[in-house]
Amino acid sequence: MNELAEVVSKNQSQILVDWIRDMGSSVQRPDKIGKEQLEEQCRMLLSSVVEGIRVSGAADLKDAGWNGAREFLEEISASRARQGFSAGEVATFVLSLKRPVFTSIRRELSQSQDKLFETIWVATELLDRLALVTTDAFMTAREELISRQQQELLELSTPVVKLWDGILALPIIGTLDSARTQVVMESLLQTVVATNSKYAIIDITGVPTVDTLVAQHLLKTITAARLMGAECIISGIRPQIAQTIVHLGINLEDVITKAKLSDAFALALQKSGRKVVRETAAPVSPISSLFAKREE
Amino acid sequence: MERIPVLRMGSLLLITIQVDMHDKLALQLQDDVTERISEWGSTGVLIDISSLEIVDSFIGRMLGNIAAMSSVLGADTVVVGMQPAVAITLVELGMSLPGVRTALSVEAGMELLFGTVPGTQSGPGDEHPQS
Repeated sequence: MNELAEVVSKNQSQILVDWIRDMGSSVQRPDKIGKEQLEEQCRMLLSSVVEGIRVSGAADLKDAGWNGAREFLEEISASRARQGFSAGEVATFVLSLKRPVFTSIRRELSQSQDKLFETIWVATELLDRLALVTTDAFMTAREELISRQQQELLELSTPVVKLWDGILALPIIGTLDSARTQVVMESLLQTVVATNSKYAIIDITGVPTVDTLVAQHLLKTITAARLMGAECIISGIRPQIAQTIVHLGINLEDVITKAKLSDAFALALQKSGRKVVRETAAPVSPISSLFAKREE
Repeated sequence: MERIPVLRMGSLLLITIQVDMHDKLALQLQDDVTERISEWGSTGVLIDISSLEIVDSFIGRMLGNIAAMSSVLGADTVVVGMQPAVAITLVELGMSLPGVRTALSVEAGMELLFGTVPGTQSGPGDEHPQS
């Protein structure tokens, strides 16, 4: 263990040079990270690793001496996760340190095979653990990213819009799962109360697939709205979805369904005793006016 | 003993639930409503639950029962002003109250009753909901 500390700190600059030179293109990725920045990261990492070995030894990465190296690695992998590196690339960044370190160890300790083997074993264990730390941090950063995006998606994708006095529309985009149905249902019902709307149009044009579960979620929402005194119309049923619904035997007979949002809106207007009327005659197209002239 | 008042408005009954329903109160209400319908010959019942914030399956069943009993006695029932949370709870409990008609507000409920119950004149609203 002492040998490792000695060898690494003695050959630090040589290891760094070898490391950067031998780095494969999968680690370098010049499209995502600049050469200077990469070299800077390598230098910082190597010096914090040397510091860690010297202060706390290679046995336990949880020792206080390793704090610097650990934090630096976590920071690097978090930033790489955001830049779009893969987990393999980030781990290889650390693992590619093996070869230059082993080379140095071999050069220094070639006279004693036992020592050589033992030191190499300590070094490989240490670097594997460092790579694991990196991968863990990478995963954590990715998961944070995903959950944040999910949350944003959930908030963005459930707008309830008022089409007319007493008529609401709820365009649903994306797959309906239980969590989302809950959000959709709550926001619809709250808007129904707030705007005192009697009709709500649920538009499922943006729902890619409708299975029994999605249909059940939709029916739940519709029942809840009905309990409050609002009537729901489902619109935006694409031909394939109509076929799926019939094939699955989903019973939508108690629900008013329309092919298009405009049809549903017209129905809601009609049900609330309103009608859309054209005030002026239809605009005359140039071709039909030509025909009119010829007739004269 | 605490009671939910049952008010008479012409041929309609108006019930406003403004306290937390517990089981005894619901049973008492069921007795009162059926009693009053047969006594006054009411043709419509309007139950306002806008202040009701907590329901369980029993209260949900009571609402359904009251509606069914009223219709047996010849009176239409409209439940008005259900809170979103209450509606979600009832749906999650699997109670969709199939025989009960609903409206958003007391006003809309009145219109619904005026429009369908024979012997009541039409309300003053500018639009007439159709069911």
